[in-house]
Amino acid sequence: MKNIDIEAHVTGRSLYLDDLPMLHGTLFGEIFSATVAHAEIISLDVSAAEQYPGVVRIFTYKDIPGENQIGGIVADEVLMAEKTIHFCGMPIAFVVATSVAAAQHARSLIKLETKSLPIITNPREAVEKGHLIIPPRQFKLGNSQEAFKNCAHIFEGIAETNGQEHLYIETQGAYAMPSEKNGVKVYSSTQGPTAVQKHMADVLNLPMHKIEVDVTRLGGGFGGKEDQATAWAIFCGLAAHLLQQPVKYSMHRMDDMKMTGKRNPYSSNFKIGLNQALKIIAYEVSFFQNAGAAADLSPAVLERTLFHCTNSYFIPNLTATAYCCRTNLPPNTAFRGFGGPQGMYVIEAAIAKAAEGLGVSAMQIQEKNLIKDDDAFPYGQLAQSRAAVCWQKATALFNLKEKQQQIKQFNEENKFFKKGLAAMPICFGISFTKINMNQARALVHVYMDGSINISTGAVEMGQGVNTKMLQVAADVFSLPIHLFSINTTNTFRIINTSPSAASATADLNGQAVEMASKNILERLKIVAAKSLNALPEQINIKEGVIFVNNVAAALTWKELVLQAFLQRINLSEHAHYATPKINFDASIEKGHPFAYHVYGTSFTTVTVDALRGTYVVDEVDIVHDIGKSKNTAVDIGQLEGGLMQGIGWMTMEEIVYDQKGVLKSNALSTYKVPDIYAAPKKVNIFLLETEKEEMALQGSKAVGEPPLMYGLGTWFAIADAIKAINPAVTLAYETPFTPEKVLMALYSSKKEFLQYEKPIGQLSVNKG
Amino acid sequence: MTQFILNNREINIELPDGFLLVDFIRYQQQLTGTKIGCREGDCGACVVLLGSVEQQQVCYQSVTSCLMPLINVNGKHVVTIEGLLGNDLTAVQKSFCDFSASQCGYCTPGFVMALSNYFLTEGPKTEAGVIAAMDGNICRCTGYKSIERAALALLQQWPSDDSNTLSKAIAQNIVPHYFSEIYERLLKISSPKTTSVAKKIGGGTDLFVQQPEKLSTGSLQTMVNNGQQPWLVEKEDTIEVSGHATVSFLARQEVMRKCFPNFESVIKLVSSTPIRNMATLAGNFVNASPIGDFSVFFLALSSTLIIEDNHGLTREQPFKDFYLGYKKLNLQPQEIIKSIRFRKPTAPCYVNFEKVSKRTHLDIASVNSALFLKVEDGLITEAALTAGGVGPTPLLLQQAIKTIIQQPVNFETLARLLPAAQQEIAPISDARGSQTYKRLLLQQIIKSHFVTIFPEIFREEKIFSL
Repeated sequence: MKNIDIEAHVTGRSLYLDDLPMLHGTLFGEIFSATVAHAEIISLDVSAAEQYPGVVRIFTYKDIPGENQIGGIVADEVLMAEKTIHFCGMPIAFVVATSVAAAQHARSLIKLETKSLPIITNPREAVEKGHLIIPPRQFKLGNSQEAFKNCAHIFEGIAETNGQEHLYIETQGAYAMPSEKNGVKVYSSTQGPTAVQKHMADVLNLPMHKIEVDVTRLGGGFGGKEDQATAWAIFCGLAAHLLQQPVKYSMHRMDDMKMTGKRNPYSSNFKIGLNQALKIIAYEVSFFQNAGAAADLSPAVLERTLFHCTNSYFIPNLTATAYCCRTNLPPNTAFRGFGGPQGMYVIEAAIAKAAEGLGVSAMQIQEKNLIKDDDAFPYGQLAQSRAAVCWQKATALFNLKEKQQQIKQFNEENKFFKKGLAAMPICFGISFTKINMNQARALVHVYMDGSINISTGAVEMGQGVNTKMLQVAADVFSLPIHLFSINTTNTFRIINTSPSAASATADLNGQAVEMASKNILERLKIVAAKSLNALPEQINIKEGVIFVNNVAAALTWKELVLQAFLQRINLSEHAHYATPKINFDASIEKGHPFAYHVYGTSFTTVTVDALRGTYVVDEVDIVHDIGKSKNTAVDIGQLEGGLMQGIGWMTMEEIVYDQKGVLKSNALSTYKVPDIYAAPKKVNIFLLETEKEEMALQGSKAVGEPPLMYGLGTWFAIADAIKAINPAVTLAYETPFTPEKVLMALYSSKKEFLQYEKPIGQLSVNKG
Repeated sequence: MTQFILNNREINIELPDGFLLVDFIRYQQQLTGTKIGCREGDCGACVVLLGSVEQQQVCYQSVTSCLMPLINVNGKHVVTIEGLLGNDLTAVQKSFCDFSASQCGYCTPGFVMALSNYFLTEGPKTEAGVIAAMDGNICRCTGYKSIERAALALLQQWPSDDSNTLSKAIAQNIVPHYFSEIYERLLKISSPKTTSVAKKIGGGTDLFVQQPEKLSTGSLQTMVNNGQQPWLVEKEDTIEVSGHATVSFLARQEVMRKCFPNFESVIKLVSSTPIRNMATLAGNFVNASPIGDFSVFFLALSSTLIIEDNHGLTREQPFKDFYLGYKKLNLQPQEIIKSIRFRKPTAPCYVNFEKVSKRTHLDIASVNSALFLKVEDGLITEAALTAGGVGPTPLLLQQAIKTIIQQPVNFETLARLLPAAQQEIAPISDARGSQTYKRLLLQQIIKSHFVTIFPEIFREEKIFSL
């Protein structure tokens, strides 16, 4: 089934935040933010800006009726700076004017005097100085220290993963208006409507029931609008509440890039030990996460890094330690994969380093160590593993041996271009790792004309969740899809929602839709049974036709619904779903945190230009553990899109902050995401139908985040090609593999260029 | 007064010359199908079609409405996604649906417009072409494969007869029927206006990125929509092309492809289709970016700028002396670049252009370079080497090149040129690369020039160790 929104999308009729029809008297906001990363505020002078024609009011923290606090996990983030600036881009004032142009111009008239404070941009420096947001966390399995004594081979190294800008094509924004009796209604481009509601209530000093948050859809989110959409909604809400006028704020791209956090960069140490048979016996890893200036979601991101630090492998002896480091960058945040990719890159780097040292293919080590049924993950949960079946299927289906042979031949025959190949197995746990977030609600209304309307807590942002919600209901009722519609996500209809995140949105909300639909259906079957003189268990509804003992009855769906209504039967149901079985005890870092895991294996082939250091991704082959796909068009779309984002992260997407914490890659002209030419020439996807996964939505496994990690294979494939050109090179495990890094690695022996100053990459924070 | 046709409706408005088309469409006409993603021409979410009367017909081009001042749409047909809507989905829209080529949907109108434009323009329809039509559009959700499938399916169904482009596009349900009347309707619209005191603007593709606030409220003198068609004149040894020729205009010229066999691949490295449709040669030169692709290209061709003042008097200015320093030009405020004259690289001459950037397409170069060589009796008799991104202006490496004059084309000659080139450059570290990288990269690019021009001579492994 096609995405229910697609016809509106292709005709431009889908509404996003900035497209909503505006109310008369709408005002426009712009944020005045810090241009330095760490400083004391000496004075703030808004007088000239206030005088500018069109300016209505300029808000600072002093105008906040409630708390100046929006921290989600840790209360360490103010809405507007008071005495101290903690990062470049930190909001200081909100200018509200009668036009966007007036607000923008007035903003440039604000004068700020500051006194510089020492700036930290490097997470390791933050650790040294004791700037940790939460105490270090450690996952242990077996005894790594002892186990290293028995290892035949030990390798150590450092891995650096850079951040990643979400680059949702729709920038952040919100549109707020006063509602009756001191309330506020806000349209927000957020993945977390409840987070907006909760924090706005605190800032405005109102109860949550006064705040209505409504979300139609997002023009992309990818985690960037999970927690970080909140501030902009509150700015609008604050101004609308205090001015009693509608206020809109749709961000300019450069403001968005400057003010919002990104995927957390990590600097990591690893030590891996193997036995003679290439089994990984011991692994020790330390993660230094660059959280930025406030906690935001970083502690949770860090936790998932630990959960996924062994990827698809069973490692009997492990010590993984993680540090959430406070620096003077914008607070980093959720991004598809949520710390998982950062953890997985390090174990893959460790395996690559071991393979290099031992003169074997990394694939040999990867394959030998895939996790098996009932092997324990570092957090104690036992695997129901599809790792080997995916690997073997991929090897056979994509003819790995032949592929390797062809690459070898190509490399022998070509001097100026060399190919490289890498495998990337993935394993990703499904559930919010914070157990209490694994709950959702749905509201199903059957109107007296037989049409059905559904509300859930899910936010549609391109992942097709609304389509899946309607499919679930249509399946339960066995009715044609045109009888259904889905509402905007609204905190007055569905409350206390978890954000649309963690790949779990369809699972959680869909099961609530299924429960609500089933309950109504049961009631309708009783009505039908009475009407047709049969027993409820003899009644069946298929494609809108009522059957008694599989014989079509003279009763239509519409008639049945009307009868039920006239008999005063409840045709509306609100259902609540909470994922069963899951648990986690953070005091011992053990439990069963995931409903299930998603597995897969990919092979990536690249070609590197030996003269220019440029490269293309030729082909990516994927075998993906999907369970029983509910919607293959949507699921393939998630796979292809996630892969591309992962490739972008590993190749051209380079976040550059200077030493003063100022973002240099601050526009689309300096931060490059993949374009159509950067897509792999071929992507071959095989959806592996695996055993029915009871905890997944009708057996259809979550698919949002896992495919991103196939992108990691691109880094290792490029590394493989570089070695074919320059076998002597010692590669630094640093992402992204820009053409710059490739060329520097290819010509690592060209000492004459080293007389010039260090590359900017080594000066900037994200490289550790 | 600005007059144009917006979709199926005549527009007659009084707004500043520099007022941006995207703001007019979205916030004054409430046509919100056109999206804003970056306001710098880099994402394509705001792509619309611009139809101009040329040779008794309307020719359409895709343009980014975020960088398009109203003065440059005067007298033209502007088509937004809403303007495609007839009774049913168009063929492009339908194909996007069939192949699930849209997820969040925000970039989709831009893609639909770009692809529709491809089928609305003349020329053979190819796989490479249909993908290239979307080279200015960024999608963050799909990974592009579904979009490729949608585009290639359209291509397969496309009839190969050579009927009139517009009629065919209407018949194939690319655009609605009212497009057939646009030509007549455009003729009734007043001719474009000109003022002489205002800020001069070409395509505006960089100016509107740099100073949108200032330009969008002011009056402008347009170089591209002043009623004068761009032109190109071929002479025996030279080619002269008007300064207000767009990159796309240049790319369409048969003579360019004849004289520069790699010209198509050069063009493909320069920005994107919608930006090439707007950006002018003179704009590229005057913008004076140290990394300007066409500055670097034409500097290698002994080019001369023909500069005209406000009295119509012209002077000739060797291009090599045009740049005085970072963003400093040998050009007076009242002067404009009327045209550029450059030499034809007829045999035994060779030209090669190289560019490396973080992303191969629609990106600003880390380093770019062009090499011109004349080889007679095995000796290099004339040569010019340029380099961008390694100094405050596009550089003509005049000292380094002396090391290869009257030398044979071989490894020894190249080995002399490489270190000499390093003496003449002074790159700085920035978001496009460290200075060390830029030095190494220029070295590799110079090698690539020789490998590309003389593959038989430079085929040995030792090219890598030079």
